[in-house]
Amino acid sequence: MTGPSSSEALTKPASSGLGWLLDQRVLLSIAVLALLPWLLPSKALAVNVLIYGVVVMGYNLLFGYTGLLSFGQAAFFGAGAYFTGIAIGRYGMPWFAAVPVAVLLSTCLAAAIGVVSTRTRGIYFSMVTLALAQLVYYVALQAASFTGGENGLRGFTVDRISLFGLQVNFLDPVNKYYVLMAFAALAMWFQSRILNSPFGAVIEAIRENEQRARACGYDVERSKLVVFMLSGAISSLGGCMLALHLSIVPLDILHYQTSGMIVMMVLLGGASSFFGPFVGAASFLILEDVISLWTPHWQIIVGAIFVLFVLFLPKGIWGTLLDALGIGKARR
Amino acid sequence: MDLSLIIMQLLSGIALGAVLVITALGLTIVFGMLGVVNFAHGALFMIGAYAGLYLASLTGSFWWGLLLAPILIGAFGMLIEFVLIRRLYGRSIDDPLLLTFGLSYILVEGVRIVFGSDGIPFPTPPQLIGVLDLGIGFFPRYRLFVIVLVAVVLLALWLTLEKTRVGLIVRAGARDPTIMQVLGVDIGRVWLAIFGLGVGLAALGGVLAGPMRSVNPEMGSLVLAEAFVVTVIGGLGSIVGAVVAGLMVGVSISMVALFAPEMATIVMFALMAVVLLIRPQGLFGVRGRTA
Repeated sequence: MTGPSSSEALTKPASSGLGWLLDQRVLLSIAVLALLPWLLPSKALAVNVLIYGVVVMGYNLLFGYTGLLSFGQAAFFGAGAYFTGIAIGRYGMPWFAAVPVAVLLSTCLAAAIGVVSTRTRGIYFSMVTLALAQLVYYVALQAASFTGGENGLRGFTVDRISLFGLQVNFLDPVNKYYVLMAFAALAMWFQSRILNSPFGAVIEAIRENEQRARACGYDVERSKLVVFMLSGAISSLGGCMLALHLSIVPLDILHYQTSGMIVMMVLLGGASSFFGPFVGAASFLILEDVISLWTPHWQIIVGAIFVLFVLFLPKGIWGTLLDALGIGKARR
Repeated sequence: MDLSLIIMQLLSGIALGAVLVITALGLTIVFGMLGVVNFAHGALFMIGAYAGLYLASLTGSFWWGLLLAPILIGAFGMLIEFVLIRRLYGRSIDDPLLLTFGLSYILVEGVRIVFGSDGIPFPTPPQLIGVLDLGIGFFPRYRLFVIVLVAVVLLALWLTLEKTRVGLIVRAGARDPTIMQVLGVDIGRVWLAIFGLGVGLAALGGVLAGPMRSVNPEMGSLVLAEAFVVTVIGGLGSIVGAVVAGLMVGVSISMVALFAPEMATIVMFALMAVVLLIRPQGLFGVRGRTA
């Protein structure tokens, strides 16, 4: 996934009028997401777009912006969900404590996997992340007393969200959507801050030319490890959202098919664009919804569409659209 | 613990490893030549098993299935290279990987449509049913056959690569494709053949594994992870590495299964992590391209 040259990435557009508005990518994204439940056919679909959007956005930090094609992101998505469920169900933590704890533990897992996998380059990295994520899958399968094994994690329910004396009925789909949207907004703000920081420029430099970044004096290995952890942290927040939403954690969430689905979503939407992950998650889930109405074999069509995207539309829906509109690199 | 039991389990591990070697070899040869990692390798392994089963029931003989399935699926692999992967040479190294991943989706679902989602038992050929007395214990005939066949295939492959003119072209092509083109070799045809060979080996692995595990559409995803682990341990692109690592992984799995069955699925990943920490390029890998 080669984007425009890095020099273009560093030039900021002049901020005035429409330009200023386009610079507020977090606010614009939140505005679109706020309308989503009323645009999509069902609230459940909107919640899923939100959750997978956050997961894929975290993954985009790794794949889209740093150029590291990991096939193991499901490990962190699943870890976030499992840790949230275990913290609430087993240790009786309230949700506002369980979520940070889960993100923290998942980030530690990302650090462990990152230490091993970021030592490798190129195709090796993809293979190693896939294998290590499968290791996490088998550990969760074997540690059935903690994770529920094959049946998934059950026995925790969040029906009420209370914060600052405010009570929200979490079972109502609209309430649920907007509570989860607050998590997504937080994740977006965090991601945007990372991308705007000097570190954001460093990871893009690594994507464009690793040797040159190294020659410029950046610690490439450490930057890769840090971005691996940050990416895992954001994706694990998506996992926390899933656990709160479903009140169960299916074991499949850790399987490599989930990692593959995350890769597909980011590519469909558009890697290395800020809102692309949400577009990708939405198009994948809508596609799945629509096709499974008339055939249970929706995967064959999704697979074919994905192959066509790799061949002819490698920048994805959103990336191609931004290109067509002539919106520059810095505003993505 | 009984010594003979340990030796029997060791042999079991070698049989398991032999299938891994064949499968990982296909992956590693394709990478060594084309610089492409085939993510559909597991799916093609699974298709090979189904093709073997189908051909065996069609002809009434396991042996026709064993012979024809790798050839047919290998030809199918050449078609994939010709129609799809060829377009991606010169683009990002991630693109063939992503494309073959999408392809694996199509292949798995295609098999579900044709053969259904449930597992199908793969009958052991009648000549190889039962066990053989090795003096210290009884060992399944079929597993012994797998070990011998894989050894023969490896020997044939090694002789072809080292002693023939075709092998010379292949080895030179892996080192410098541009020079080969200057010398008048149609490198596109070599790549086509190598991709076909790699896929054929995956299919052979699938047919051989059939009678040892049951055949189902999902069997490829575990195999893909296993083949990755083996190639990462051995060193991507190294044939010797694939053989050593494949046997190593097979033996470790069956040995651990003897003492701590619940750890059997996990041990190979742990092995990989240790190798990566000590030697990121793998046991027989060359530093530079991958680590």
